[in-house]
Amino acid sequence: MIQVNQVSKSFLTRKALSDCRVTFEQGKITGVIGENGSGKTTLLKIISGLLKPTKGTVLIDGEHVTRRICQRVAFLHDQDYFYWYFTIGELIRYYDAIYDDFNKEKAETLLLFMNLRDGQKINYLSKGNLTRLKMVVTLARDVPYIILDEPFLGLDPMVRKSMIQSMLRYIDLSKQTLIMSTHEISEVDLILDDVILMKKGRVIAHESIENIREYEQKDVVSWMEDMY
Amino acid sequence: MTREFSRHKPIYKQIMEHICQDIVRGVYVCGNKLPSVRELAIEVGVNANTIQRVYQELERDEIVVSKRGQGTFITEDEERINVLKEEMKKEIVQRFITDMMKMGFTYDEMLTTIKEEAKNGDSSESSL
Repeated sequence: MIQVNQVSKSFLTRKALSDCRVTFEQGKITGVIGENGSGKTTLLKIISGLLKPTKGTVLIDGEHVTRRICQRVAFLHDQDYFYWYFTIGELIRYYDAIYDDFNKEKAETLLLFMNLRDGQKINYLSKGNLTRLKMVVTLARDVPYIILDEPFLGLDPMVRKSMIQSMLRYIDLSKQTLIMSTHEISEVDLILDDVILMKKGRVIAHESIENIREYEQKDVVSWMEDMY
Repeated sequence: MTREFSRHKPIYKQIMEHICQDIVRGVYVCGNKLPSVRELAIEVGVNANTIQRVYQELERDEIVVSKRGQGTFITEDEERINVLKEEMKKEIVQRFITDMMKMGFTYDEMLTTIKEEAKNGDSSESSL
């Protein structure tokens, strides 16, 4: 379980998060949604230990989050962060060397699933394949928490589909928890359990998607528009 | 079961309906094994928790039984399946009647139309 307690974050004079309180339950897929600049990425980075909150605390399974939490959290950024001169095979070996929990066999299976080959140079990969590769190294880690920041940004429908399929196939919700921020809600609403809605640095709602459909008889997109 | 889902109704209920329809149509018969939660989740393209809930609700309705370590099976109780058929039939007919009544049709008019349609619709019913 991840507990975010009264977390605020400022960058110099700009307030990115104010008094965020939210709990992410074990074994669920949660979508973090909201307009650009609403604080989604900042919240995810704080949970992953990549940013420090100005105020408040984050606990993962009772432990205070520091940079060392990356041993239990796999984080996929929306930016590029690989050594461009690596081949895919070299990247896999590199990840295998730095993460104890890296499952090389799972990585090989995922590469096949994503139609990627060992010898391809990272520098020459298309945007779609680069994102697929990021997904491979993220999902190949046997970690309890997986956090994806805008995994679908700028991808065509085919790639988005393979990304979603890979989540269904290779994330084991009896042992793992997934949190992702996205603008493509209508693309992923079928695989989400919960949604967290952010606006101007605050968490303004946390709902089960099936409850939105059942009790409000709305789809998630119109629910979000009504809440805003 | 790759179908479009309505986004205004709970997904678990829609999947339950699909499975019940498959039972009524005879795709599944008493004692048949259903796909595992994971298999069905991948096939349908939804989260495993949703499928888990589908099986739980169907088990509560005594339509399926889960056997520890073996999977989920359609009940052996044929009587329960007959009741399910009746329930589904009634539900559709009641919805039809409500809609027709809203538009001011009488029972007699409904029956006449059904009989007429039955006469010239024999060929189209099998294409469902």
